[in-house]
Amino acid sequence: MIAILGLVIGVVLGLAFTPDVPLALEPYLPIAVVAALDAVFGAFRAFLDGIFDDKVFVVSFVSNVLVAALVVFLGDKLGVGAQLSTGVVVVLGIRIFSNVAAIRRHLFHA
Amino acid sequence: MSDPEVPEAPEAAETADSGPSGLDRLRRSLLSPSRGQAVVAVLVGLLAFAGVTQARLAGQDDAYAGLREAELIQALNGLQAASRKAERDIAELEQTRDELRSSSQRRTTALDQAKQEVATLAVLAGTVPATGPGVTATVKDPDGGLTLNHLLDGIEELRNAGAEAIEINDRVRVVAQTSFEDDPNGIVVDGVLLKAPYVIDAIGAPDTLAGALSFEGGFVDDVESDGGSVSTEQKDRVEVSVTRSPPQPRYAEPVPGQ
Repeated sequence: MIAILGLVIGVVLGLAFTPDVPLALEPYLPIAVVAALDAVFGAFRAFLDGIFDDKVFVVSFVSNVLVAALVVFLGDKLGVGAQLSTGVVVVLGIRIFSNVAAIRRHLFHA
Repeated sequence: MSDPEVPEAPEAAETADSGPSGLDRLRRSLLSPSRGQAVVAVLVGLLAFAGVTQARLAGQDDAYAGLREAELIQALNGLQAASRKAERDIAELEQTRDELRSSSQRRTTALDQAKQEVATLAVLAGTVPATGPGVTATVKDPDGGLTLNHLLDGIEELRNAGAEAIEINDRVRVVAQTSFEDDPNGIVVDGVLLKAPYVIDAIGAPDTLAGALSFEGGFVDDVESDGGSVSTEQKDRVEVSVTRSPPQPRYAEPVPGQ
């Protein structure tokens, strides 16, 4: 319940403040969002599995975001930023899909 | 990247479902808030905030703001190629336009020339009325001593002097094909019987035409020696209003390509 409230509040805040993202962080924001999405779906699946732990969730969320940003940063430095961020998005997308599949099995038994 | 909570493949999820089912847990957690849920709420809110911001950024018109250097160079190259192509297109289209313009101008010129030629030929062929400076020669024949030859002489003199349109008695237009015949009552020109006095309207240079009729031993002298009289009047404006339809050539054909 509180989690859903947090989601709603986040959306409302984002719409209300329309913050300007610093130029230096602009390339990392989309990757960070996708990584965080992956962490959230993973957490939801773990919750349905009964093995959810909030400390693990916090750590995985933060580390997911940081690692994704780091990979993109390294890619930019190495001159393969575009390709690497595409790769990160693909990998995270696959994980999100598999997590969503597990969640679906839990909720709908199908 | 760390695999947050579940190391196994998704298929293993069903076997891990030993205690209360996931749905039960979900229902329970919706009713009973806990510390963990608050933490989750904060992080999920953060995610939503960032997601909305990113969606807003991605939806902005400025398509190049978030691009990397290499992508910008690529985009720039693409734009340059597109602009080169557009410039080539512009040059080609301008060339086409110029060609069309000059060809249409040529056509207009040719059309004007043709129209002018038609007008000239129409006057010569007598198919249109004509007007202009010229002379009116009135030939009187009180004694009936004049013959067709007198009149023919007069017409020939006028022609030689450059008369462009000639008519007689406002009834007959004299052109290249005009026929003259003698008749007891007068003369027959193009099948039309004409009687004296004969009024010859001729368009041309008035001085030249008048001179061509009145030189010594010429038309006027001839007529007067046979009992007739000629009065020549130079005019600024002579109306030749009689027209004739052009004969359709039966044997002659235009040479193609001329």
